[in-house]
Amino acid sequence: MNLLRNSLIAACVIAAPMAMAQSASKLKVGLMLPYTGTYAALGTAIENGFRLYVAEQGGKIGGREVEYVKVDDESDPSKATDNVNKLVKRDHVDVLVGSVHSGVAMAMAKVAKDTGTLLIVPNAGADAVTGSMCAPNIFRSSFTNWQPAYAMGEVALKQGAKKAVTITHKYAAGDESVRGFREAFEKGGGQIVKDLSVPFPSVEFQALLTEIAALKPDIVYTFFAGGAAVKFVKDYAAAGLKKGIPLYGAGFLTDGTLDAQGADAADLLTTLHYADSLNTARDNSFRLAYAKTYKLQPDVYAVQGYDAAQILSIGTVAVKGDLSKKAEFAAAVEKTKIDSPRGPFMLSKAHNPVQDIYLRQVVGKENKVLSVASKSLADPARGCKM
Amino acid sequence: MDVATFLIQCLNALQYGLLLFLVASGLTLIFGIMGVINLAHGSFYMIGAYMAHALAPIVGATFGGGFFATLLLGLVLAVLLGYLLEWVFFSFLYEREHLQQVLMTYGLILVFEEVRSLLLGDTVHGVAPPDSLAGTIALGQMMTYPVYRLFISGVCLGLALCMYLVLSRTRIGMMIRAGSTNREMVQSLGIDIKFLYRIVFATGVAIAVFAGMIAAPVSSVYPGMGNSVLIICFVVVVIGGIGSVRGALLAALLIGVVDTFGKVLLPQASGVLVYVLMALILLWKPDGLFKAG
Repeated sequence: MNLLRNSLIAACVIAAPMAMAQSASKLKVGLMLPYTGTYAALGTAIENGFRLYVAEQGGKIGGREVEYVKVDDESDPSKATDNVNKLVKRDHVDVLVGSVHSGVAMAMAKVAKDTGTLLIVPNAGADAVTGSMCAPNIFRSSFTNWQPAYAMGEVALKQGAKKAVTITHKYAAGDESVRGFREAFEKGGGQIVKDLSVPFPSVEFQALLTEIAALKPDIVYTFFAGGAAVKFVKDYAAAGLKKGIPLYGAGFLTDGTLDAQGADAADLLTTLHYADSLNTARDNSFRLAYAKTYKLQPDVYAVQGYDAAQILSIGTVAVKGDLSKKAEFAAAVEKTKIDSPRGPFMLSKAHNPVQDIYLRQVVGKENKVLSVASKSLADPARGCKM
Repeated sequence: MDVATFLIQCLNALQYGLLLFLVASGLTLIFGIMGVINLAHGSFYMIGAYMAHALAPIVGATFGGGFFATLLLGLVLAVLLGYLLEWVFFSFLYEREHLQQVLMTYGLILVFEEVRSLLLGDTVHGVAPPDSLAGTIALGQMMTYPVYRLFISGVCLGLALCMYLVLSRTRIGMMIRAGSTNREMVQSLGIDIKFLYRIVFATGVAIAVFAGMIAAPVSSVYPGMGNSVLIICFVVVVIGGIGSVRGALLAALLIGVVDTFGKVLLPQASGVLVYVLMALILLWKPDGLFKAG
């Protein structure tokens, strides 16, 4: 499949000079997303969201017709630099959009920083993308791992928890999420009894669940996504821990996984910048349009893809399609309120959304909003010098 | 760690070890005994898990349902798939270099993943255990243990015993072992080694699919799940000694213990402990714990 795709791309490259001569004004968007592997569904949702917004603008952004170049990043950081270089140097894309996996996004940010290519990150929450790696041409339409976790730390304190155990995969996203939770939880006088972790992508939790039962904390905070989230939630319930020790998580624990988790996920509390029942006019119209176009319910990933296209549109319209005016592009995006289905938000100086984080509860097959856990929460953007 | 927790962790280790054996046992046949490097083993496991998910409603509609009916149907399909694959692809590979086996079976991984994506999509699924095994047993005041996990352990022990008896105590087992040592000689003694190996291969695939179906309720069903078990399966077979069922069982249990207690006692190194174990055992016994034949 990859071979086929690569040869198709190669064919495009050979044809590229001809195409360029005919339509120099096309806006080339390089979508570098996972189309295979664990995160395949997320990549598709992001692309759907992005295309939906572009279609709503009549297929044009800033007067330029949009053309897509797609690369499957396979969520593999070791191939990321090659993949992004192909898009930048061979396909000469005007803007990079990607990716889901933080390791891949970091490689993309590095190339974007070096080459000055515009980059919009539609998911990966690595703090450093809008922290130490921040740059005038790098934007993010999603979140930092810190944001939902910090909000959940405050929620846990409000619920009266004093002692917590954290559990996650041993990788950057998990570590950052746990750090965010710890920061808020300890600031309010809580104590983290122990940080537990399993090597990525192992999903054998039994030993650590036994450890949790022995430690008897007030609550457990967790960061898992996708298949691991399904398995963890089911194992946690099967081990009989759910009724004694409440499980709190970053929203990915119950996003896109509720069908598979079934009753074991009922009543779980999570924090995220989006939910299934916001019931605002903006969100309802987005959900209707998405459902009509793709015969699917949108999720947080679709929203992030949609907003990535909005960011591109705001900047491109402001510079009248001339993306070489990077400073004007950034200035326009920074001072515009983005009308997102999640609720309007502005980008911070480091180009990460300053957004409301919702406290959600699993009811049936939906993540229902209970309240706003943290209003206009801004990532501290540690290490960003811009 | 108090005594009760220690005992529960021992149970976890045993249970995880047996699950590993279940997943790796098909590879013991195909890689260990037939000597074919089969990278697609994880895909067979994945196919099994997706069968448990996708066949259940079909079986429910036609035969009135039942986890075990689904299992049976899955096994039949798996034997057919294995037989067909051996006939069309693998039978050409026995005489070839290992590198060509690697290439072809890697190709099969890509094909199976893509077909899965086209047929069943990329979302995560859960499979419910059968009602009769859905209960839990209380362990201490905090924890409960799912009955289904204990059932899996029982199935693994049964499977290990069957494989051991068939391979070392029956005539057909003798022929298979002889074939793995010297194909031509066995053939010249009037045994249809081609057909025999087709059956062994189909059995190996069937066991991998069976493992996927049995494990689906505890592992959940998601894209890429086959790749995550592939490496640990090779570790089990290599530590155990190529072609030895006893060795694979012992290796799986050893890995279960190291992994479980590693996660608790040495969390920083838990990712590499299993591979350190493999390196140490191979330094001590380069052919693995039990070298067959």
